[in-house]
Amino acid sequence: MLDCRDLKKIYTNGGEETVVLKGISLSIKKSEFVAIMGPSGSGKSTLMHILGCLDTPTSGTYTIDGQDASKLSDEALADIRVKKIGFVFQAFNLLPRATVLRNVMLPLVYARLAPDKREELAKQALRAAAFPEEFWHHRSNQLSGGMMQRVAIARALVNNPAMILADEPTGNLDTKTGETVLAAFQKLHREQGRTIILITHEPYIAKHAERILYLRDGNLVRDEPSSL
Amino acid sequence: MTITDIFQETTMALGTNKVRSGLTMLGIVIGISSVIAMVSIGQGAQGAIQSSIQGLGSNLLTIIPGILQPGRGIVSSGRGAAQTLKNDDVSALRSVQGVASVSPELNRRFQITSSAGNNTNSTVIGVSPEYLTVRNVTIENGSFITDLHFNSLSRVAVLGPTAAQDLFGDADPIGKTIRINQMNVQIIGVLQAKGSAGFFNPDDTVFVPLTMMQRILAGVDYLSTIAVSVEHKDLMPQVKDEATSVLAAKHRVDPQNPDFSIVSQSDILGTLTAVTNTFTIFLASIAGISLLVGGIGIMNMMLTTVTERTREIGLRKAIGAKKRDITQQFLAEAVTLTFLGGAIGILLGWMISLAVSRFANIATNVSFSSVAMAFGVSAAIGIIFGYYPARRAASLNPIAALRYE
Ligand SMILES: Nc1ncnc2c1ncn2[C@@H]1O[C@H](COP(=O)(O)OP(=O)(O)OP(=O)(O)O)[C@@H](O)[C@H]1O
Ligand SMILES: [Mg+2]
Repeated sequence: MLDCRDLKKIYTNGGEETVVLKGISLSIKKSEFVAIMGPSGSGKSTLMHILGCLDTPTSGTYTIDGQDASKLSDEALADIRVKKIGFVFQAFNLLPRATVLRNVMLPLVYARLAPDKREELAKQALRAAAFPEEFWHHRSNQLSGGMMQRVAIARALVNNPAMILADEPTGNLDTKTGETVLAAFQKLHREQGRTIILITHEPYIAKHAERILYLRDGNLVRDEPSSL
Repeated sequence: MTITDIFQETTMALGTNKVRSGLTMLGIVIGISSVIAMVSIGQGAQGAIQSSIQGLGSNLLTIIPGILQPGRGIVSSGRGAAQTLKNDDVSALRSVQGVASVSPELNRRFQITSSAGNNTNSTVIGVSPEYLTVRNVTIENGSFITDLHFNSLSRVAVLGPTAAQDLFGDADPIGKTIRINQMNVQIIGVLQAKGSAGFFNPDDTVFVPLTMMQRILAGVDYLSTIAVSVEHKDLMPQVKDEATSVLAAKHRVDPQNPDFSIVSQSDILGTLTAVTNTFTIFLASIAGISLLVGGIGIMNMMLTTVTERTREIGLRKAIGAKKRDITQQFLAEAVTLTFLGGAIGILLGWMISLAVSRFANIATNVSFSSVAMAFGVSAAIGIIFGYYPARRAASLNPIAALRYE
């Protein structure tokens, strides 16, 4: 479902060039669960931003569902994001004063879905993310880290995206809550067949994926099935 | 985003920091309320002047000695000194086509003492019986000066209500005597109140027969004013021209450069309206400066908000918000602040103008147009000063915004 050929990303700051991605080619099939690993600064987040249509590569091509996304305008990229992609971040990035339900409904607002249809979809997403119902009307800043991340997963899920991208989703959580969040991802993968791309530093998390990509200094150095 | 979405986002965002939103709004409240209050004072003054001038008699031409300096309005240069208007001018004016009545007048200020022992310094006007119709005044009690009084130089007087109050309090003055310039005069009537004209109070006057005033009280033979009432408003320009040439011929002066001036009500009204308009604009522009400062406050707060919420903006863009969505959201916040501020400011300004008219006794008038203008201006300020911060928010790069600490 997505395919990249010779992706390069070069940042230029005051005449000085930083080559962050040095020519990455890979393809990911529908319903795959892929983990991306690699040392800090190796370009994992940068790659994920391009795959998630938050950014465009300096050179190379990137196609998602047969559509070339490497040279689109900001507005066209936003369109792809709202329809096809859900993001989960390390820092949760919830609206602190809004309720859980409202946080989950936010992508539907930008997808211009009629207000009366939003709540039902949000509830479905919260159930799929295994978020306990008694907290649906709590403000999101009253939740624990593990629960916040499950709200973020529900939010990523709510507009029924083909692909969910998660950048170190367990990075701010202890091992035990990390496991519950991971379980939520696995459930989505197994029961709903969603494509999941997950960045992590923890080998035990990566093991839950079907396939692991290793980056080093902007190069894809290894691409292998998970040992589990 | 629907209107409801924008409304929900706005209340949530402004509610997050109520004190800051409130203080920022206060700038707009102060600006709008001072504009409303200032304009109401200006318009109130204009209304009061207009109605009192109209109350002085419609279709009225006023002839005064001396020349009006162009550009100096109705500042009468040497009204007292010029002695060019004489009694026989009156009969000449009566013969002009279209003239209804002519009222010759002579005024002076005198110290007046009542039999009750009260003192007042009022304007004494020597008049003929025509004064009543020409000047559009009404008798409250007793009678006005008659032809008999006029012809026989009677020592009688009619009081304006303010003068009556000052001299006799609540007692009925009719039949009592007052002393004007050491001379006893009997009161025969009291006029109805007309209200102050702002510069001169027509109620604080004492009327005596013109003949008696000229020969006994003042000892002069000239007039200070001749008031001419015209049969119809449309005849005003024509009568004015005719009267000018008749008087100029009589005085043997050049009609282009006469030794008198003829002023119509509309001339006076026009000059005063121009003056009060300038006054209103002046007040409003001073108040407008505080509105501008309020607008800058809004911009300042919105820029701070955008910086503080950089990560939130990044997140919104990551999950699919377009530039337009972000612009709308932040613009709505700014406009809500100014609109609420404007509404509160209008109420406050209204209360200030009521208080001013109640306690300072200055006429005020909060007009619909000034309220509508205040609403428009406050919305416009929100848009103008909110646009730049909103565009700045909308053009943030989502990745940089998400990384922002
Ligand atoms: N706007 C930018 N300008 C210049 N260099 C940048 C910019 N953004 C990122 N980089 C650099 O690109 C490199 C890769 O960054 P990236 O965030 O992709 O690493 P990462 O693999 O996600 O690291 P981590 O595990 O710490 O999250 C880093 O060295 C970073 O400094
Ligand atoms: Mg990273």
